[in-house]
Amino acid sequence: MTGTRREFLQYTAAFALLAASANRASAQSTPNVLRFVPAGNLSSIDPIVTSGYPIRNHGYLVYDTLFAEDENFEIQPQMVDRAEEGDDGLVYTFSLRPGLKFHDGAPVRAQDCIASIKRWGGKDGLGQSLLDATDKLEAVDDNTIRFTLKSSFPLIYVALGKSSTPVCFIMPERIAGATDSKTQITDATGSGPYRFLPNEWVPGSKAAYEKFDGYIPRKETPSGIAGGKQVNFDRVEWLIIPDQSTAVAALKRGEIDWFEKPDLNLVELLRGDPSVVVGDYDPYQGTLLRFNQQQKPFNNVKVRQAVMATINQEDVLVAMVGEGNYEVCKSFFFCGTPMSSGTGSSVMKGDLELGKALLKDAGYAGEKVVLISATDIPWIYSASLVVEQLLRNMGMTVEVQTMDLGTYFTRRNSTEPVEKGGWSALVSGAGSVDFLSPAQHLALRGNGLAAWPGWPDDAKLESLRADWMKATSQDQRKKIASDVEAHAFQSVPYVPLGQRSQITAYRKTVSGIVKSPAPLFWNVRKTA
Amino acid sequence: MISFLARRIFAALPVMFLVALIAFSLLYFAPGDPAAVIAGDMAQPADIAAIRETIGLNQPFHVRLGIFLWNTFRGDLGISIFSHKPVTALIAQRLEPTLSLAVLTIIISIAVAVPLGTLAAWRARGLIDRIAMAIGILGFSVPVFVIAYLMIWFLSVKLAWFPVQGYTPLATNWSGWFYNLILPALSLSTVYIALITRITRASVIEVLSQDYIRTARSKGLSEHVVLLRHALRNAAVPIATIVGIGVALLMGGVVVTETVFAIPGLGRLLVDAILQRDYPVIQGVLILLSAIYVAVNLLVDISYAIFDPRIRN
Repeated sequence: MTGTRREFLQYTAAFALLAASANRASAQSTPNVLRFVPAGNLSSIDPIVTSGYPIRNHGYLVYDTLFAEDENFEIQPQMVDRAEEGDDGLVYTFSLRPGLKFHDGAPVRAQDCIASIKRWGGKDGLGQSLLDATDKLEAVDDNTIRFTLKSSFPLIYVALGKSSTPVCFIMPERIAGATDSKTQITDATGSGPYRFLPNEWVPGSKAAYEKFDGYIPRKETPSGIAGGKQVNFDRVEWLIIPDQSTAVAALKRGEIDWFEKPDLNLVELLRGDPSVVVGDYDPYQGTLLRFNQQQKPFNNVKVRQAVMATINQEDVLVAMVGEGNYEVCKSFFFCGTPMSSGTGSSVMKGDLELGKALLKDAGYAGEKVVLISATDIPWIYSASLVVEQLLRNMGMTVEVQTMDLGTYFTRRNSTEPVEKGGWSALVSGAGSVDFLSPAQHLALRGNGLAAWPGWPDDAKLESLRADWMKATSQDQRKKIASDVEAHAFQSVPYVPLGQRSQITAYRKTVSGIVKSPAPLFWNVRKTA
Repeated sequence: MISFLARRIFAALPVMFLVALIAFSLLYFAPGDPAAVIAGDMAQPADIAAIRETIGLNQPFHVRLGIFLWNTFRGDLGISIFSHKPVTALIAQRLEPTLSLAVLTIIISIAVAVPLGTLAAWRARGLIDRIAMAIGILGFSVPVFVIAYLMIWFLSVKLAWFPVQGYTPLATNWSGWFYNLILPALSLSTVYIALITRITRASVIEVLSQDYIRTARSKGLSEHVVLLRHALRNAAVPIATIVGIGVALLMGGVVVTETVFAIPGLGRLLVDAILQRDYPVIQGVLILLSAIYVAVNLLVDISYAIFDPRIRN
């Protein structure tokens, strides 16, 4: 019996030693591996079919683009070496940089780019417009692509280089040419700076990438998504940690290096930690109050105008992100981006009494307003509760219906009355790249039932958008964007609820994070 | 014994059929649309309609049900709508972490609770009994996630003894496997320690009042022989029942622990699939969990037959 007890103690001690050594190994920082916790799950590897940001961000690791946006939202060449434009503005010729290769070793050819553009154009609105305007898209040789247009399309560079989803990522012809834009690809071979490791992908838990040695970066300094993609890691690991508190603890403990979107309620825990840096990488995150214009009461423009006059952005922003993490922005484009002017925004007075009076004049008859909200997205839920109270204060009959994001996405597609499962209003949002211009701004479309949920039927908005897309100079574009805003503040496709910065947190050993609309994994480095 | 087993297995088949039918029907009629989730936040109605068509969601109920039942019968649980991986492969990836967590939890629970409950019964209303009952009340009262967060804060962040999150496969590194699982298993076992301690105590107390225990003592047998060989063995049936139910509940109830400790197990797979409306994955995991539940119940029945041969008839 004594021997057994002694053995037990010996085994226990040995086990504790092993555990301690495993402990040291686990906590040890590895300079050549970046452990990153994304804001969402990498549920799919197809950034064309699925428009979620995590999948787009995966795309920037694995794929390259012909053009890319710099930090000033100007389009710069990326895979393209030379871009030539014909005098008539109808012929564009793009030469690829020499030596570009896919992860399987095959060279990147013009034919690959054409197949990728066609697949992307089958999904993306701007891409479809580009293809509609194209008479001939051809490979002059393996290294040269030529667009011959039927009609002028000045936004060709924007379309091919924008970072709003879906992005025009370049895939091999054998994949892009064999898969339509509604069917998901199963092979993530790209020509980007990292290679996806499919065998290590556990959806909902982990995705791993290794440095692609065959990648040739541009010489320029990184700026936004554009510029040289200098890779400093052998591996990047995405660890999906669904619990925010756990991710914060893992960052403090050094088990992860970079936490993309820590919850603002937990950020204070990180600010006090000397080994962690809390910063921001994208100052443009927007929120909006969208109305269902197919149903009462928001099919009445005067009711929407009454809400516009009542909303005080600060009330919503403080509830969403707390003091100091937001900017009041009375514009349909992000303040600080080229198309934003705020023309016509004087109607946003934040005046409850005025809102009540306007609502009375509008003939609101007490129709029930159903505000749908996703509880698993904290900022949507917080903003919804403030909006609910504001609408109640105006004298509206409001019911907030909460659900998970999956149900919210489904429910908002219902055009039915609220009694039959429809909705009246919702809070949503987007990043800068989605609201950068009238062309990309889905919430400013006025094409009725084909539009983004809310379905405004607004011919003037559509006509201004068409004019903007034909404009040939930046001054013209700004003027038309100003007209768009002036009109939108009257027709109220939605109420802008201000903008906030994207807070991110990383270990002090990490440096070189590029400010951009997406977390990028080039230029970043880590010291031991 | 063989006919006993055959009867039990045969009785499980209609249960599994009903589970498959209910899982499919519930998902069919539940709100939510995977096409809307795939299309994402900036999707337009035409995008969603096209995706619905591509992934076959526009087919009528009876067609989809027929395909699902036939494929399930053939062992084909389908392909994930999102990751495009076979559901069986996704389950295979996630089974080991969940099984590991469940097994380690139940080992810790039994190792602590059975001796504790037996001692508490032996010294009923004494100090040991009171301590055991206090542990029991604490285990039932404090939610597992609170214990998990406290452990992470103290043992991982403050003392840096254990990792906060993650999982190491057993084949990769057994010490890493144990090291990653010890905190989750400890936090999850608190409720099972409470449950099994109370059941063990009650069962042993009841047995200790039986005539054959008095006879054993009057024969001059030592107290630990009376306790272990006579009392505990005769109290084993209710303990086995509760352990069996515990294992079955564990398989479906590890979601919170897996989420807090970021363990890539079946619970997380199921929750992610529900949130995305990934129907094939939800159905596959539900069927698997039900099969495990049925199998565990079968094992419990077999243990009854071992502990008490009269049950076989």
